[in-house]
Amino acid sequence: MSEYNFAYLDEQTKRMIRRAILKGLAVPGYQVPFASREMPMPYGWGTGGVQVTAATLVPSDTLKVIDQGADDTTNAVSIRKFFERTAGVETTEKTAHASIIQTRHRIPEESLTEDQVLVFQVPIPEPLRFLEPSEVETRKMHSLEEYGLMHVKLYEDISRHGHIATSYAYPVKVEGRYVMDPSPIPKFDNPKLGDMAAIQLFGAGREQRIYALPPYTQVVSLDFEDHPFEASKADHACALCGAEHSYLDEVIVDDSGKRMFVCSDTDFCESRRAAGHVGEQAA
Amino acid sequence: MQEQSLQGGFSCEPIEAAQAFRAAMSAMARPGRIEVMAGARPPAPMSVAAGALILTLCDPETPVYLAGAWACAEVRDWITFHCGAPFADRATCTFALGDWASLSPLSAYPIGTPEYPDRSATLIVEVPVLAEQGATLRGPGIRDTATLLLPEVAAFQSNSALFPLGLDFFLTSGECLAAVPRTIQVSQSEG
Repeated sequence: MSEYNFAYLDEQTKRMIRRAILKGLAVPGYQVPFASREMPMPYGWGTGGVQVTAATLVPSDTLKVIDQGADDTTNAVSIRKFFERTAGVETTEKTAHASIIQTRHRIPEESLTEDQVLVFQVPIPEPLRFLEPSEVETRKMHSLEEYGLMHVKLYEDISRHGHIATSYAYPVKVEGRYVMDPSPIPKFDNPKLGDMAAIQLFGAGREQRIYALPPYTQVVSLDFEDHPFEASKADHACALCGAEHSYLDEVIVDDSGKRMFVCSDTDFCESRRAAGHVGEQAA
Repeated sequence: MQEQSLQGGFSCEPIEAAQAFRAAMSAMARPGRIEVMAGARPPAPMSVAAGALILTLCDPETPVYLAGAWACAEVRDWITFHCGAPFADRATCTFALGDWASLSPLSAYPIGTPEYPDRSATLIVEVPVLAEQGATLRGPGIRDTATLLLPEVAAFQSNSALFPLGLDFFLTSGECLAAVPRTIQVSQSEG
């Protein structure tokens, strides 16, 4: 740890990121530009989330990192090791023990508390980007609150598929003002964004944007009166722990296409199994 | 420059700035809640919390406006030595420091632009006492309502009417600080 400044980044960079986080909290859902630095990992590996975490960490923190809900995948393990080495903080896989949770594309199943901070890794922060490629235009659309295009996109989903087919990165409106990309979390997680007790910070490294949701912020998934938003998941119970209300991953288990559904949140699944819950395929 | 302006910074900047920022972030995320900030020993009339906030957030990229009694040589020298922040007038500052009377009126500070509402000033208001009583606050970060002693209610009401533009406030007193961002609806408590 002595080879690095605390939490890797230099102090000037941290001040710049910290100012962006404060403005992000002051204007919930608005994307604050920041001078994203090159990090010792490729874009797409969470460089935005890592910079936000680095600017937020204090030595007494306990850090948890998840990738699609799992603590034991490459991305999660390497970011956890990165902060063990550069900040010397404790790490954990237990959601309840963590004070900062950096996440790629999931919100933990367990409810978070007021003492926790959730940091999202964001690939494309602009919810309107695939509808309007120009940054000048999307910025103008946000300033004029001109979000008709987003509703047209959802309507086209309905006219083509009969229902809103967007299943992840499902757009939300924050406090009745800014339309925000919640990062590619499954829409199953969208209801957890609003009225959450923890602070939620979003970092997009390549796109150089930071945005935030203070606790207990109103977050509404966009929908229509006759096609209300629905938080969907695979219609199964977890094969290992039997949970019926957790988000599930579909895993192909042999060459003949046999499959099983397991909790995407590994800590949630393990603690349930430790507490004696058994799914139908538990070994 | 006096020797005392060289003193009173963070003794271990990366750690103390991180702790101070967490307090500032918690305050901004939960308006009305009072957080404690230590580590800085700025010259009078600056409070410890205001000093820590300046050390944590200000650098050569952030023009600072000093108001009233805070526009003195001791404060200027201290900020120049520890942060290197340039000094500016109200219209071009990103941070402003002073008491309520000297910072008012609020109309001259940058409130951001419709495309970039983040380009607005943050006001650090030194208050005699911080207490969770007085005006009622509602908005993001607050579950139902919070209460905070504010120097004035009307100015915060007209500021929140500008949303998404507007100013963001830190209130500091001694080692304590609280925040009132532009999202917060302020009303006079009844009774």
